[in-house]
Amino acid sequence: MSDLSLRPADPVVGQAIPHESAGLHVTGAALYTDDLTVRTHGILHAHPVQAPHTHAKVTRLHTAPALDVPGVVRVLTADDVPGVNDGGVKGDEPLFPSEVMFFGQAVCWVLGETLEAARLGSLAVEVDYEPLPAIITVREAIERDSFQGGAPRLERGDVDDALAGASHVFSGELDLAGQEHFYLETQCAVAHVDEAGQVFVQSSTQHPSETQEIVAHVLGLSSHAVTVQCLRMGGGFGGKEMQPHGYAAVAALGATLTGRPVRLRLNRSQDLTLTGKRHGFHAQWRAGFDGDGRLLALDATLTSDGGWSLDLSEPVLARALCHVDNAYWIPNVRVNGRIALTHKTSQTAFRGFGGPQGMLVIEDVIGRCAPRLGIDPAVLRRRNFYASGQETPYGQPVRHAERAVACWEQVLTTGDVAARTAQIATHNASHPHTRRALAITPVKFGISFNFSAFNQAGALVHVYKDGSVLVNHGGTEMGQGLHTKMLQVAATSLGVPLESVRLAPTRTDKVPNTSATAASSGADLNGAAVKNACEQVVERLRVVASARLGVPPDELRFGGGFVRGSGEGQTLAWSDLVAEAYVQRVQLWAAGFYRTEGLHWDSAAMAGSPFKYFSYGAAAAEVEVDGFTGTYRLLRVDIVHDVGDSLSPLIDIGQVEGGFVQGAGWLTLEDLRWDESSGPTRGRLATASASTYKLPSLSEMPEVFNVALLERAHEDGVVYGSKAVGEPPLMLAISVREALRQAASAFGPPGTVVDLASPATPEAVFWAVRQARGGAQPPHTVAVLEGGVGVVPEQPDADAQSLQPRSEQVAQDEQVAQVAQSSGRGG
Amino acid sequence: MRPGQRLSVTVNGTERELAGVEPATNALDWLRGLGLTGAKEGCAEGECGACAVLVARSDGASGTEWTALNACLLPAAALDGQEVVTAEGLGTAAQLHPVQHELAVRGGSQCGYCTPGFVCSMAAEYYRDGRAAEAGPGVSSSDAPRACGPNGFDLEALSGNLCRCTGYRPIRDAAWALGQPSGDDPLATRRTSAPPQATATRLEGRTGTYARPADLAEALGLLAEHPDAVLVAGSTDRGVEVNLRGARSPFVIGIDRLPELRQLTATTNGVEIGAVLTLTEVERALAGQVPLLDQVFPQFASRLIRNGATIGGNLGTGSPIGDLPPALLALEAVVLLVGAEGEREVALADYFTGYRQSVRRADELVRAVRIPLPLACTTAFHKIAKRRFDDISSVAVAFALDVVDGMVQRARIGLGGVAATPVRALATEAALEGRTWSAETVQRASEVMESEGTPLDDHRASAAYRRAMLGTALQRLHAENVPDGEGTTHE
Repeated sequence: MSDLSLRPADPVVGQAIPHESAGLHVTGAALYTDDLTVRTHGILHAHPVQAPHTHAKVTRLHTAPALDVPGVVRVLTADDVPGVNDGGVKGDEPLFPSEVMFFGQAVCWVLGETLEAARLGSLAVEVDYEPLPAIITVREAIERDSFQGGAPRLERGDVDDALAGASHVFSGELDLAGQEHFYLETQCAVAHVDEAGQVFVQSSTQHPSETQEIVAHVLGLSSHAVTVQCLRMGGGFGGKEMQPHGYAAVAALGATLTGRPVRLRLNRSQDLTLTGKRHGFHAQWRAGFDGDGRLLALDATLTSDGGWSLDLSEPVLARALCHVDNAYWIPNVRVNGRIALTHKTSQTAFRGFGGPQGMLVIEDVIGRCAPRLGIDPAVLRRRNFYASGQETPYGQPVRHAERAVACWEQVLTTGDVAARTAQIATHNASHPHTRRALAITPVKFGISFNFSAFNQAGALVHVYKDGSVLVNHGGTEMGQGLHTKMLQVAATSLGVPLESVRLAPTRTDKVPNTSATAASSGADLNGAAVKNACEQVVERLRVVASARLGVPPDELRFGGGFVRGSGEGQTLAWSDLVAEAYVQRVQLWAAGFYRTEGLHWDSAAMAGSPFKYFSYGAAAAEVEVDGFTGTYRLLRVDIVHDVGDSLSPLIDIGQVEGGFVQGAGWLTLEDLRWDESSGPTRGRLATASASTYKLPSLSEMPEVFNVALLERAHEDGVVYGSKAVGEPPLMLAISVREALRQAASAFGPPGTVVDLASPATPEAVFWAVRQARGGAQPPHTVAVLEGGVGVVPEQPDADAQSLQPRSEQVAQDEQVAQVAQSSGRGG
Repeated sequence: MRPGQRLSVTVNGTERELAGVEPATNALDWLRGLGLTGAKEGCAEGECGACAVLVARSDGASGTEWTALNACLLPAAALDGQEVVTAEGLGTAAQLHPVQHELAVRGGSQCGYCTPGFVCSMAAEYYRDGRAAEAGPGVSSSDAPRACGPNGFDLEALSGNLCRCTGYRPIRDAAWALGQPSGDDPLATRRTSAPPQATATRLEGRTGTYARPADLAEALGLLAEHPDAVLVAGSTDRGVEVNLRGARSPFVIGIDRLPELRQLTATTNGVEIGAVLTLTEVERALAGQVPLLDQVFPQFASRLIRNGATIGGNLGTGSPIGDLPPALLALEAVVLLVGAEGEREVALADYFTGYRQSVRRADELVRAVRIPLPLACTTAFHKIAKRRFDDISSVAVAFALDVVDGMVQRARIGLGGVAATPVRALATEAALEGRTWSAETVQRASEVMESEGTPLDDHRASAAYRRAMLGTALQRLHAENVPDGEGTTHE
């Protein structure tokens, strides 16, 4: 067992404790960025001027009338930008655009003494537009050859050969929808200028270091002149990984130009119309099975809806391709990916980061092919599981494949699946107007950023003279309980009670160059960095304690606020030890660092071992569908999920439950609609409010909801044997969609096949029920074909650019330069 | 009016002046401006509940009920003279309120942003009189959407609160773990005394005036003086217009506390429901007298909205997708309009004239709605929406049928979401009346019903689905109301 994963006796990690801010949350005392507004004297408010066009040139921008509105202080335009007019890192997201690329894009921002003044000012700004044609749907983009970024291909074996030799070849298409993050706290930044031009931005951001970078480049400053702090977020889910930067930059620009604090908070409609969402995808596929239903080959082309700019579309697509196998061994694979450029919000990170879309494709394939193969879907899934020793299509060995089986078997048992399957059959035989079904699906999800360089973290641990401890680390708190886990890690590493440790808000002037709190990696990376910092302090304290107690340093045990040797009287209170160490002039703080070892990834070849490990889980979902309306209820869900040895079980169960329900929302009722008509509002988001975009409420919670964490699941080489938890459970919700498919099928005779649109809204389920009863092909679906030409996934041009995210190119260029320099050949 | 008096609200036990307030200032922004930033803006349209606060209201008798309301929809001025409690006022991190304690220790908060709103909605239900008597198994079903836990906690109290993090299970468990308030709980004690008086109010802001008249006569006088004035009761619709669409008015008349509009009377020929009673109050006062409405209430928006929304408001806005009008059409309700020239009665079927338009003149207001008695014996309300709690219907169908000896003697069907106004399904009614209540009749009438109205394609549903829902509604009703012996299995 590695030092990193080894737990001491009686660790604070592993205790089921509530969220560290729970007391502040429930009393309303917890502060979020916008809560600073009332606490900041003389603050100005920013309001956007949103374009009423989907694609248009800005031919005239006349801001003077806004300044006549009482209370308006300034209008920010492109002319005001001293640095780079771009809100992203790829140079394709002008902050103040001259060409509108999606309906409602902000062309300039008005600052007012009150939000009302800024709003009225924004209405007074005169803008002339020259409308241009717009591409709205992925299918339109494909027809018009409108793509952006790289077109990666993941390939293993000989797909064409394998399909030619398969007993069954099916082909089909799937259009799967995106998802709005709908973090309850919308995007918000509060900026002010300190003395000497230092810019301080409080931002609701998952990626303070990148917010800092963007603010700096917009203002034309160096990073050391900009500090970003994130108190906490009211939800992130990936929506605050890239999206906050531009808003922080606008607020900072306003603050530098006016000398006054500026608050920019999007209201819900603005947030919905301006910010990126989960990518919708279009998939074409052909799949070959042998006579026993074993997958022989998958040929698929995935086209993601990138929206107007690249944002994180390339890494999202890469992760989609890397998860199209889910938990299944597919010997021959060819998956092509490409990113559509459409005139919509720029789609971005969202919990799962392409993984859900990739997995949905293979689960859709299996769910639709099972009845055609005459095999129970659960049997078909289990039959195709990875075995230990097999490799993913990108060449990473599938370690701990048996854990997928363990989760699956445990769900079957604790979920009482056999008995319930019989009960469901009885119910369906005796109820003409409702059908029930139970589906079980697995998850295998790779943990680490695909791009290896991001897998690093830092922490700063201060021990004060009185023995109290203050921890800073590079991760942000968005509700996932990262800070709670970090407190537990620090308390365990130092051997002090939890109450001795406090966590300070995340700030770029405490821990620099941090990665986004994303990819489920927050606890793995930052936990290891916190532990490293604590251990440095402990090593120094060992020397002090050794001299004091007369015990060799490595025989001392730190725990519960004491340091002990093995003998009688060899005990020293932590606070006394710390006080003595100070007197002896021992450094009582440390900066910790961690980088994940053993990762390698070639994104051009789409090959390597990008993941530290895989997370596993299984879910069984039972639904009841009403045949009159297509409405349904989620009767019961049983989940077993692998989080390693949990750092914090109450937190982890919360992540599993919350992720599952969020995933169920994506696949059932959350229904993003853009105006696809040819009318004047073509391209407008039709569901741009809480009243039109519906997330799960309490009524969508599974009526019986059992979540268990896989036991004896120690993960070697990860902080205290734990595993990441943020994203993987979301994909367990595919079980709900498959259960709905099976329940709809059950309205027809045995072996009935239905095509279920995604999301599976009551309407979509209703059309599937109609189809089961002999009705027409449901809207937004394409029937699966067996044999023949069928659907042929489009193959990219021979000269298509492979996936080369700019960030990787920079890193590689630097490596090359370094190598060249060190070998004396460089210039 | 209280001339010379400052407008003020008692917030968490302290009197706070309503300073710097305009008619369009909502209670949430005002509270947050005081530094009470626990209540949050999540949507500004009463959909998420992050802004929920507790307001002391009448319990229908002589006492007070702590009522949870969306502060984002409520004009701050409407709180003049009232008592408000926010999450900050319930407890502190060092001394948590029982609701706060249960949520905190069970993992009921993750990001915490929605939490203060959940706390207030839960506290309202915690203090609900008679909760203990409603103990249930806690499992809902299609027949019994109310899911009262073992402590009588009705989860519908939380139907207007959204959480994006937890998946709700720990929130439900916290709700069902709550005991009864202790004897010395100040908010429990407060229930036993009278609620704050409805004070007449006049707020003169820079941008306009908010006036709450003392009685109907004064209201009609103001309306005559200011024909363009906006009438606001619960503000659950107006608040959305103000917050999201920038609606501003130089003159707003708050009619929510007019005593003449807050009566509920039952006579032999009808039940008359005051226009500005909230739906929660109507539900309580009717006490099951109108079974069709009891089916509507739990499906009408959320508890937070029903605590503010009024029957008059639902008719006053004239929305084609309001959930009450289809039911009231099926019940053949009559609208009582009052103006300077007196009162007149209009059958609801004649009330709507177009999209968000009605026969109500600018100088009139809805005083009450009368539901004639006796009621039909078979009634049902079918709402089609994506979500069970708090969603807007794509189609709503209300049935009121008299089936006597297997014959449909009388059929009244109200439809929502299939035309520019709520409409009666007259052709379908004709296809049913005088025929046997049989599968054949239902089949024929369903075909007629499928072509009622002119449903649209939009983000809620396709026109084809709306038509299909019209087509299956009668069949579903029939399946649920088959006379004994006809053989179809009952759900």
